[in-house]
Parts: sequence; C-alpha cells; structure tokens
Amino acid sequence: MRRFIERHTFWAIMILIVAGIFLWMIFAVWPDWLISAIGRKKTFVNTFLNGLTLAGLYFLVASGFTLVFGLMRNVNLAHGSMYLLGAYIGYEAAEASGNWFVGLGAAFIAIAFAGILLQVLVFRRMEGDDLRQTLVTIGVSIVAADLMLAIWSGTTYQFAPPEWLFGAAELPIISTIRSSGKEVFLKYPIYRLAVLAVAIAVGIALWLFLNRTRIGMMIRAGVNDRDMLAATGVNVQVVFAMVFAIGAGLAGFAGVIGGTALSIAPGEDIRYLLASLVVVIVGGMGSVPGAAIGALLIGLAEQFGLAYFPTYGVVLTFLIMVVVLAVRPQGIMGSS
Amino acid sequence: MIPDSRTLIAAAIAAVLAGPAMAQDDSIKMGALATLEGAFTVLGEDSMRGVKLALEEFKYTAGGKKIELITGSSDASPDSAIRATRKLVEQDGVQVLVGPLSGSEGLAVKDYAKTKPNVTFLNGSSAAQDTTLREPAENFFRFGTEGAQWMAGLGEYVYNEKGYRSIAVLAEDYSFPYTQVFGFLEPFCRLGGKAPADARFWVPIGNKDYSSVIAALPDDVDAIYVALGGADAVNFLTQYEQAGGDLPLVGGSITVDQTVLGSKGRTRDFVIGTPSAGPISDTWDDARWQKFVEAYKAQFPDGFPSPSLFAHAYYINTKAALLALNEVGGDLSDGGKKYRAVLSGLSFETPTGMVKLDERRNAVADIFLTEVSEGPDGNLLNKTIKVIPSVSQTLGVSYDEFLKYGPVSRENPKCG
Repeated sequence: MRRFIERHTFWAIMILIVAGIFLWMIFAVWPDWLISAIGRKKTFVNTFLNGLTLAGLYFLVASGFTLVFGLMRNVNLAHGSMYLLGAYIGYEAAEASGNWFVGLGAAFIAIAFAGILLQVLVFRRMEGDDLRQTLVTIGVSIVAADLMLAIWSGTTYQFAPPEWLFGAAELPIISTIRSSGKEVFLKYPIYRLAVLAVAIAVGIALWLFLNRTRIGMMIRAGVNDRDMLAATGVNVQVVFAMVFAIGAGLAGFAGVIGGTALSIAPGEDIRYLLASLVVVIVGGMGSVPGAAIGALLIGLAEQFGLAYFPTYGVVLTFLIMVVVLAVRPQGIMGSS
Repeated sequence: MIPDSRTLIAAAIAAVLAGPAMAQDDSIKMGALATLEGAFTVLGEDSMRGVKLALEEFKYTAGGKKIELITGSSDASPDSAIRATRKLVEQDGVQVLVGPLSGSEGLAVKDYAKTKPNVTFLNGSSAAQDTTLREPAENFFRFGTEGAQWMAGLGEYVYNEKGYRSIAVLAEDYSFPYTQVFGFLEPFCRLGGKAPADARFWVPIGNKDYSSVIAALPDDVDAIYVALGGADAVNFLTQYEQAGGDLPLVGGSITVDQTVLGSKGRTRDFVIGTPSAGPISDTWDDARWQKFVEAYKAQFPDGFPSPSLFAHAYYINTKAALLALNEVGGDLSDGGKKYRAVLSGLSFETPTGMVKLDERRNAVADIFLTEVSEGPDGNLLNKTIKVIPSVSQTLGVSYDEFLKYGPVSRENPKCG
C-alpha cells in the first residue's frame, strides 16, 4: 500500500478524491443542481447498492470458477449448469424440509459431490488435454440443461426466504428532506444486504483457507507448479478433487442465494456462465481477489447501465472487457 | 484430417436424405414453432399444449389425412426463429407451419414467408403490429389477435374507473411491448392521461435484476404499466414487492397471465386487483371457454391451473389450419393456393367467441378486460370485468386513418 502511494502519488491522490466524492454523494443531502444534473439521490444510492449486491452474487459464482481454473488450467464451461442444478436441488430440499437453510446446505453438498464425480469420472481421463476437457464441459452443460428442463420444466421457481430476511430495511442514509423538514430515509431490501454479507464472508473464508491452512498452501503450490507439487509427495489428485468440490459447491450455494434474490429458470446456467467468464477475464484468470474486483466492476457497470441508460446498458459490461483486454490482457490481477 | 472416399460417400448420402423429404400421400407434415429455450420457455411449453389440444380434438387427422407434427424451438430472438423455421420448412418439408411465439420473431418469419409462397404460415402467439398491418405476406395468417388489440378498453378503464392520470411504463425492448404500450396509451392519452418519455423504461428480454429500474421509477405517478413476460415478469414482481414498492400496477396481457401467476414460489398477493386486458379471461363463465379449460386440464394435469393465452393462441391457429384442411380434403397439391383461399374466408367458433380475418389476414375477435383475483383454491386468476366485442386491428378506425398514427415505437404515442 505504502509502496503504491510512493510510486504512483498522482494516482493515489486521484483515487482518494474519487472515493471522497463517492462517499459524499452517498451520505450528503443532494443540492438541487446535482439532482437536476443526474436525477434523484434515491436512484443513485440504490443503484450503487444494487451493483454491490449483484457483485456479491457474481463473486460467489465466479470464485469457484476461477479457483478451478487457477489450479487445473481447466475452463469448466459446465459451471453455469452447477449453479442451476444447485438452485433446483436446493429448491426441492427447501420445499421438502420447509427450511431455507436446509436447501442452502443441500445445494452446496450435492453440487460439491457432483463436482467430485465430474473430476474423477471425466477430467481425470483426459488430463493435460485442456482443449478436450473444455469441449467436454460444453457437452456436459448442454446435456445437463436438457435434463433439467425435462425434470423441472420451464416454469420459473422462486425460493421463500425466512420471514426475517424478507422485506425492506431503512438505512441510515437520508434520501431527501421533505418541505415539512422531515427526513426521508432510504429503504433497501434486507435480503440483498444479506447477499452482500454472505459474499464478503465467503471471500474472507476463502482467503483464510488459501493463505492460512495447510491444504490452502498445497493448492497455492499447485497453482504455481503442479508437477513440482506432485514431486514433493502430495497426492495431487486428491487436491484436484477437493478444489473441484469447493468450486462446484460454491456454484450450487450461489444457485440458492441467487435463486432467492432473483429467480431460477432455464437459461440461468448460460447467464451465470457468461457472467463468471466476463468477471474472471476482467479480474484475471485464476485469482480470487481478481474475481472480487471483476465482480465489483461488472456488477456496478450492469446496474448503473440499467438505471441510467437501460437500452444500451449491456454495452457497458463488454466495454469494460474490451478495455481490460486491450490494456492488460491477463486481467487486472492476473499474472502473465 | 483428409476424409477418405467412404466418408465422402456417406456424407453425400446424408445430404440427399436431409433434403426436402416429399410427404407421403396419406399424411401432411405440420410444423409447430415455439420458444422452448430462454426466458420464455414456460410460455413455449404451454403453446405446445395448445397445439396438441387442437390436434387431439381432430384425432391427428384432417381432410382424410394423417397429420404428422414436427416441433421446432427458438429462444425469442428473430434469428433463432428463422433458423428453426428454415429447418422445419427446408429440411423437414412441412407444408403448414404454426408459430412463432414472440413479437419480433413473427416479423422475421413473415418476411421469410414471402420467400416460400407454397408453404402456409399460421401465426402462433406473436403479437407485433406490423406482422400483418404493414407489408403483410400473402401466405401468413393470424387467427389470434395482436398486442394493441389485446389492450382494447384498458386505457379507458384505468382513466375513467381507476382515475389514473399519469403513468410510468416498464416494458421489454422489442416490437411486442411497443405494440402493447401503443394499444394501452393511445386511448389513455387521447382522454388526457400522461406518460412522459422519461418515465418509460425499456429493458432487454431476459433481464433478471430489476432493482435499479425500480429505484429509478418516479414517485409522482399514479400507477406503473408493466409489459414484461415469463420469468422477467416474475422477477420484477418479486423484486418490486421486496423493495417495498407501493404503486398500483396495470398489467400488459402476458404480465399477469397464467405463465406468471402460475409460477412456483411465494404467492404474489399484492398483484390482486391489477387490471389488464387480453384475448382470454381465466374465469369467463361462457360454456365454450369452460369446455376448453376442462379439455386442457384433462389432457395436461401438469399444466397451469387454467390455460394461458399462449395455449389459447396456438390452439386457435392450429384449429384454423385443421378446419381449412378438412374443407379442401387435405389437398395441398397446388402449392396450397386453394387451402389459403379457404383460410382467408374462414370464420369459426373458438373458446373465446367467433373469429374471422380482415383483408390483411389478421383476426377480428373479442377482447377481455380483466382483473387479477384469488381463485377458490388459492390460485391467482384473471377475473372477467368486461368483454369488448369484435376488436379489429385498426381499433375501430379505417385502415388509412390508422396508418396515420405511425408505426409502434418507444415514443409512440408521444403523450408528454
């Protein structure tokens, strides 16, 4: 941090100024000229929070994706199917038990198990053949999509989250001041705040797991040089299977979280696969902090685009991708 | 890899076999195209139920010939619809095609129809205005009505009965919602209602996260007119409720339809009382409709509590195709000329009353003004408020007069 400030003083000051303006825009009561320039404060702050919470969801999906890629150099294009399958399994479990958390747990465990099966039965057979593995994952995702359509049909499903997570909370942020002098506080859905909290918790847990545990050390060693790791006597296959289980499990977990925030329907698999691809391309393949930064950029871009220029909002996401690919092809946190 | 001669021969044989297969004399190939992928999957599934319901009623025979059904799937984008249509027409060799489902798909298939004058196209449920209004295709028929017709009476109703004067609009960004918004706003604005352009929000099909759009919705309007379909509508309604939204809604025809009300999960009680209009009404007590609902329920126990307007539209168009086939005795040997002449003059009894075609082969039929209410076993249903008889595509004025309103778009009508 200090090194960065010393080396790039100008940029550090710029970042500080931008952050300062942002904080002011969130907490201050907006003067009239600002409202006439970019619209109401409610829109701005809500959009910002939406961007953050969507980024949380994207991070949950993309972190597993990037973890698997980092270790195995394997672009798992069936990751979106894991998300959708997790959501459906979670829905069935939650319906059967009447408890949303059971659904959450069932999705994680079931999809982690499915991930192990995929690794052991499919990927191990074509190890080192990256292109073939990638093509096989496309096949798996197509077959899985049709099987899921056959089982759960095209109907839109929605989870019922626990009562205390439903509804809106009042935030300590003033939206406007009425002519009577009464302050109007901003309202925001509780569940989306919970999504953000879960994403941050998972992010921290992943960081601790990778940086503070023995297994995490092995995984990091595998990312750097898996042949050398195998040579030191570590059973690489077990590490692979475990990483795959965690990565897939996170996708299933995200399926329930995302299915509650939004909804589950056929086509979601492709949507989240595309989102995670964009996120890891922007953030850098194989880097968990990169996934967080990428998710943040893409989530905010998507939401601001949707609120301020809905028709062309989609372009913003890909614009970011184009700029990153042009300036830093390995991604923001990627190593070349 | 260089193919050896054996693979070449195999490929040549495959190419010959895949060419337009000639239909045998005792059967007619009929294609059905609907969205079985993407955000509108559930709509497409119900459409196929409509097709099968009509075919079952005719025991899969018409004009003394067996009907062979071949289905195709698109994802609501025009290019996917064209791909599926070409496959059905050029590879499978269907002579009659029912479909597509979504508005912009219909525009694309109509243009394609002009290049295949010997194939007869009947619309599915696609309801963009210009599929039949401007530059129609001679061989494209629409026995279900379209988006602007479906809105008949709704603009007047919310202005006069509900007393709404200003309205925000949230709709998907393609030809069908343009048509619906036009059909709703045209009378609403003529009466004096307001829907300024900066209070109209157009989102892409398949958008999941509406929270930012919800945040941007203005507070100073009386209601929000929502024209979203399928999963998009479910997402919006839930997120609007979660965000504590409290403005009353006015629904587009497919926004509070069974494809949305019948979705799994939390029941959306807050949509009760939402006015809408469309080609069907779930609770209409007419015997013809009740019979249709019974047949649907008996044949598809896993379907919706009540058939959606997609099942209805595909049913009507398939039935029209079969009735006309009966009339010509299954004879399509003249490239379907006689068949299409019969179709143009066809007028028949549907579950929602008599339907006939205008000179551009678009249906003139009854439209239902409805309101969401709770059914006897807790299902949400559209209750009939009023039936508006014989709504034409030009909404009561002459063709030339109607063209002066201009093509549907994001800004038509202005209504500032």
